[in-house]
Amino acid sequence: MNDVIVAGVGMTPWGKWGRPFVEYGVRAASEALADAAVDWREVQFVAAGETVRNGYAGYVAGATLARALGWSGAQVASAYGACTSGAMAIDTARARILAGLCDIALVVGADTTPKGFLAPNAGDRPADPDWLRFRLLGATNPAYFALAARRRMDLHGATAEDFAEVKVKNARHGLANPRARYRKAVTAEEVLASPIVSDPLHLLDICATSDGGAALVLMSEAAYRRHGGASPGVRIRGVASVTPTYPNTVLELPDIATDSTAVAAPPTRGFMDSIGDAAYAQSGIGPQDVDVAEVYDLATALELDWYEHLGLCEAGGAEKLLRDGETAVGGRIPVNPSGGLACFGEAVPAQAIAQVCEITWQLQGRAGGRQVDGARVGITANKGLFGHGSAVVLST
Amino acid sequence: MRTRTPALGAEGWFTEDGGPALVGSRCDGCAAVAFPAASFRCPNPACGGSEFTEVRLGPGGTVWSYTDLRYQPPAPFVPALEPYEPCTLVAVEVDGSGLVVLGQAVAGVSVEDLRVGARVELVVDTLFCDDEHEYTIWKWRPAGVAR
Repeated sequence: MNDVIVAGVGMTPWGKWGRPFVEYGVRAASEALADAAVDWREVQFVAAGETVRNGYAGYVAGATLARALGWSGAQVASAYGACTSGAMAIDTARARILAGLCDIALVVGADTTPKGFLAPNAGDRPADPDWLRFRLLGATNPAYFALAARRRMDLHGATAEDFAEVKVKNARHGLANPRARYRKAVTAEEVLASPIVSDPLHLLDICATSDGGAALVLMSEAAYRRHGGASPGVRIRGVASVTPTYPNTVLELPDIATDSTAVAAPPTRGFMDSIGDAAYAQSGIGPQDVDVAEVYDLATALELDWYEHLGLCEAGGAEKLLRDGETAVGGRIPVNPSGGLACFGEAVPAQAIAQVCEITWQLQGRAGGRQVDGARVGITANKGLFGHGSAVVLST
Repeated sequence: MRTRTPALGAEGWFTEDGGPALVGSRCDGCAAVAFPAASFRCPNPACGGSEFTEVRLGPGGTVWSYTDLRYQPPAPFVPALEPYEPCTLVAVEVDGSGLVVLGQAVAGVSVEDLRVGARVELVVDTLFCDDEHEYTIWKWRPAGVAR
């Protein structure tokens, strides 16, 4: 299979400014177009991650961004996959290029997020699982992160100190990232002294919500050879955009119950395993080849889960990998060199695209003070509510 | 006098007849269990059946995980008390069902009282009240604790 090339990347700083999402999207797109040396009117297909309001799609993204860039007649798609929306947009654009339906595509995600706990839209919606979990249980997003963190403590002996060390590492990485919202070193003591939100997770274990935008220009190999770009192209080797396999025995946002194992055994590889597996299988690349990873650290404990599900270490080995410094820049397999959600906060539809921007900069050697030396292969991974999983494998 | 009624959205999800229990479904075709009950398609992709029988789930179970809500959750959550008192959440492997169901713990149970693998039992309790109604919901409490 031919690879699709990331010919240009763009990304706003992350913050909390309350400007319309379309401004962030246009800024990111303009930077990506300039990076690829592409005029907007050459873009044949625009795929946008839909803005997200808690569990739901919010404002129409694709056409709104196309209009703001100036109507050009490009074909368009908006993708909703909760936290994976940006990766779903990448998947759609890549598939279109691989099918020969276009040569140059723009992928954009941007959002403006409200303050505080994410909450459902107003009004009674008793048939909606995302409404029900709040009304019947009060189950916030951090509560689900905390249930998983408690399982990790019980199954693998993780401690609150281990979780805090993830934040310490990512905060250190973010110091060297000019686009990060939080650029401040944090100590484990500060994490542990911050208020508990949902036991065992403290405030500083949980990511904030932010405003931001990220964009990619994708090209077919032929178009990239013809066109070139301002920066060296990076290859997309695999994109996973997967759902769970029945029975999914891990409680997922926003569900109140899991599937039942009464008549079917759980799959050998669970949902989070299957996300990396799908992207690795497409790419012919395995975990042993990965030099750098960007994973969804909605909470610190979740980053540890990803180490294992992506095969960066064996099950139960994540705490040791972290404690040995292997996932810090300078270690064997740096994770979240960007600083991750810990330093960015989540701008939902932009985030999966921002992960690909970071891996692209890493593989191009353009990551400045957070550069992973000699990185040639990278993976991104995330997971969104309602059963969305995504991963992207990239290589030089 | 307030009328006791299941919370909006949870009507038919639990019962007090014959003792407290959740009410799920068992597929007439493949016997797959589901909670909340399946009504138009069996969740087992190998089956796809559309006929189901009601099945009682619980009341016993084993703690799968647990946490608490130190800050008042946003609407549509309605606090049972003003000011808000933190509540505890318990995810429970419900006996004989093969599934995990999340619920609040009864008042007075904190994370200190729980551990993964501990036994709990289901009770039907108050979610919150308004002037006319006491809205009921299932909750979990450590097994063997007197009512």
